[in-house]
Amino acid sequence: MTVELALFFVLAAIAVAGALSLILQRHPIHSALSLIVVMVALAALYLLLGAEFIAAVQIIVYAGAIVVLFVLVIMLLNAGVEERTDLSRMARYVGLPLGILLLFLLAYWVAHAVPPRAAAVGAVPTRKLAMMLFQDFVFPFELTSILILVAILGALVLARKES
Amino acid sequence: MSDFVTQHPVLSVSVIKVVVLLFLLMTALAYLTWFERKVVAHIQSRWGPYRAGPHGLLQPLADGLKFLFKEDVTPLGADRFVYYLAPFLSMSLALTAIALIPFGPSEFEMFGQRTGLAVADVSIGLLFLFAITSLGVYGVALGGWSSNSKYPLLGGLRSAAQMVSYELALTMSAVGVLLMAGTLNLREIITAQQGFSWGFLPRWNILAPPLPQVLGFLCFFTAAVAETNRLPFDLPEAESELVAGFHTEYASFKFAMFFLGEYASMVTVSCLATILFFGGWLSPFPEVAALAWTRYLPSIGFAVGGALLIFYGVGYITRFGRVVLPALGLVLCGAAYLFMRPGVVDFVQGPFWFLLKVLFFLFIYVWVRGTLPRFRYDQLMAVGWKLLLPVSLANVVLTSLAVVAAKP
Repeated sequence: MTVELALFFVLAAIAVAGALSLILQRHPIHSALSLIVVMVALAALYLLLGAEFIAAVQIIVYAGAIVVLFVLVIMLLNAGVEERTDLSRMARYVGLPLGILLLFLLAYWVAHAVPPRAAAVGAVPTRKLAMMLFQDFVFPFELTSILILVAILGALVLARKES
Repeated sequence: MSDFVTQHPVLSVSVIKVVVLLFLLMTALAYLTWFERKVVAHIQSRWGPYRAGPHGLLQPLADGLKFLFKEDVTPLGADRFVYYLAPFLSMSLALTAIALIPFGPSEFEMFGQRTGLAVADVSIGLLFLFAITSLGVYGVALGGWSSNSKYPLLGGLRSAAQMVSYELALTMSAVGVLLMAGTLNLREIITAQQGFSWGFLPRWNILAPPLPQVLGFLCFFTAAVAETNRLPFDLPEAESELVAGFHTEYASFKFAMFFLGEYASMVTVSCLATILFFGGWLSPFPEVAALAWTRYLPSIGFAVGGALLIFYGVGYITRFGRVVLPALGLVLCGAAYLFMRPGVVDFVQGPFWFLLKVLFFLFIYVWVRGTLPRFRYDQLMAVGWKLLLPVSLANVVLTSLAVVAAKP
């Protein structure tokens, strides 16, 4: 077994464990912390694929900004430990089987859609990525920023107090 | 042992570099507290630490021992896991960031590996530095939350809001430099600043064409002071309002870890300001025959400092000081002699200028702390969002235009 493969399994195990802990923790802050573990493990996986830029941006945007906001909100609301409820009948007999089915379908599609090792084409230099982002895909890129701007304005309108 | 070294040369070199850097850094951080207390004291016409060793030189050691032997209290109802995690995060992230800093251009050989004066030379070093510093907010926020106490909670909340707000301005103000350098690698950012305009003005980013990054630097440093929670932006631990803010409930070595984390991020930010705007390890003197003597400036500085220390030390008031201070002076003189040796003289140029500039920024940090009063919270947010962010964005636009216009 190569070092890369061993590292992949370790990181994937950490990511899955973090995701499970995210669902199973009863305190919102612990869930948020588990989310950070998932994000950092994913960033390390990107690093393993040679995608340095994506890895850094993953940490800056998700772990460094978005989850910080989650933590901030949890702290502001001073949310306490949640009570654990048993699954409802609907969730137990319909939701669980459907969820497991979806998991298997996704695994099947992923296994067949991506030819093995196609992803590991080696490191993509950040300069090349930037060229593609700001030349070939500049229109979708700008479109996304307008979308986000609209979302910000919408949030402002919604949060604004009627005077 | 030697088998292991020959089989894993890269790993062994990295481990040795990490250990050496950590040792030097920890010592430097300890004496940074002494430096800060002394400078602030003199700004306020006091003496500062004076009793533990000559001029309080042993004060950091005494403080460290005190931290180790204090009772370690955990408040009732604290979330124990997060409570222990927070100081650890705070310190380890701040220390990790320094691994990316290149301290000089020289390379040396160890176990058959060519290696430079940085633990890790990453191709997108600056982004990784920002990634690590962006995680630093968790230490403060979680520490404040897990203490189960109202003042730390408020401090943690403030700090989370403040650090997220100023991170934007911090990152934006560095974009101008990136546009001029065309790379994210810290080493290449420095080498892009080589050369002199009109033969004497260093082409550091703060002075270089096409657009001197003065605006960028001012935004960067202001945002950096806020990002490291230092005065005048130290609202997370404003003692007149919040007792001690997020670390009110921390005692003993966990408190020391927060402290070390804060000082380590100060060092990181000073290193970054040096690299991005002040030419990193580059000497301010052009390489012409008339200025060749500037290569011996490290030696001259150390020799003069050592001589003064010996001269002053022999007449010191305590017997201990009369022994220690001249001995220290002798060490400095020895270093001065060493730095004159051929081979060594070229090796120390880079680190000398780099560390001198870093020390300058650390001094500014302390100077600002000793001079300016604390901002009010709404003023802080207004400065971040309404002043720094627009100005740094304008700087990005202006710099891009200038870079395009300067292209043939």
